[in-house]
Amino acid sequence: MDRIPILKFGNALLVTIQVDMHDRLATALEEDLTSKIVAHNSRGVLIDISALEIVDSFIGRMLDNIAAVSRILDADTVVVGMRPAVAITLVELGLSLTGVKTALNVERGMALIHDRLAGSEADDADDQD
Amino acid sequence: MPTTKTDRVAIKISDDVVRVRQLTRALSVEVGLSLVDQTKIVTASSELARNTLDYGGGGEVTAEIVEQGGRRGVRLTFEDKGPGIADIEQALKDGFTSGKGMGLGLGGAKRLCNEFSIDSRPGEGTKVTIARWK
Ligand SMILES: Nc1ncnc2c1ncn2[C@@H]1O[C@H](COP(=O)(O)OP(=O)(O)OP(=O)(O)O)[C@@H](O)[C@H]1O
Ligand SMILES: [Mg+2]
Repeated sequence: MDRIPILKFGNALLVTIQVDMHDRLATALEEDLTSKIVAHNSRGVLIDISALEIVDSFIGRMLDNIAAVSRILDADTVVVGMRPAVAITLVELGLSLTGVKTALNVERGMALIHDRLAGSEADDADDQD
Repeated sequence: MPTTKTDRVAIKISDDVVRVRQLTRALSVEVGLSLVDQTKIVTASSELARNTLDYGGGGEVTAEIVEQGGRRGVRLTFEDKGPGIADIEQALKDGFTSGKGMGLGLGGAKRLCNEFSIDSRPGEGTKVTIARWK
């Protein structure tokens, strides 16, 4: 079966979804990401969906699940590049994706993850005082 | 309502859901729906195709370009011979699912289209029709 490639990018993982995913492919991505977060000790997951023409309830649930699992594993998930028409449709569908952080593009998404990491390192330093 | 084009796609495996999305997109482009309206009906078609597969045990969709009073639109009819829906009102409620879903598919598809109708009888099957007009 096909798999969606996951790239390691510093302490984050980057996934670019470029195909119209069937449901098994989406489920496989969820599983692959979870094991890669653990294997690489990743602190962030960036999912680029700029090529996706729709997000339906199945893919929405996948994004929510990835965010929830990565949070438990101490990694932040940021979904980037959602098309405006997709965002409008998602709201009308009733999917709020409350657990998912979003950013306009990969650069801003990376910045979000790094901000959070910088913040937590500062906290660690405070703890040592 | 005159139909100017008809396509049928069997819905038996999850790749067929992708195929239904692609056909819906192609017809929406042909009719000249706006990008947002295309996205809405393609999303609705994905929800209904998956319901046909997951709950209806498979079935088929009939996709048409229809014309009425000078307006053109895309109409999709999903049919299966599955267990049917006993309580349609409940099934349409956001958040109601008998499976592992979020219960958004049916209600969402209704909101995303200009026309929505559902005909289902327990033990006989389910038929859901949606349309989006230009
Ligand atoms: N074709 C069908 N045949 C039988 N039952 C159906 C069919 N379509 C929907 N249902 C019933 O209606 C319920 C609601 O459907 P709906 O699509 O709104 O939510 P879902 O599929 O459970 O979750 P989601 O679509 O959010 O993933 C389903 O859980 C199922 O019980
Ligand atoms: Mg559904």
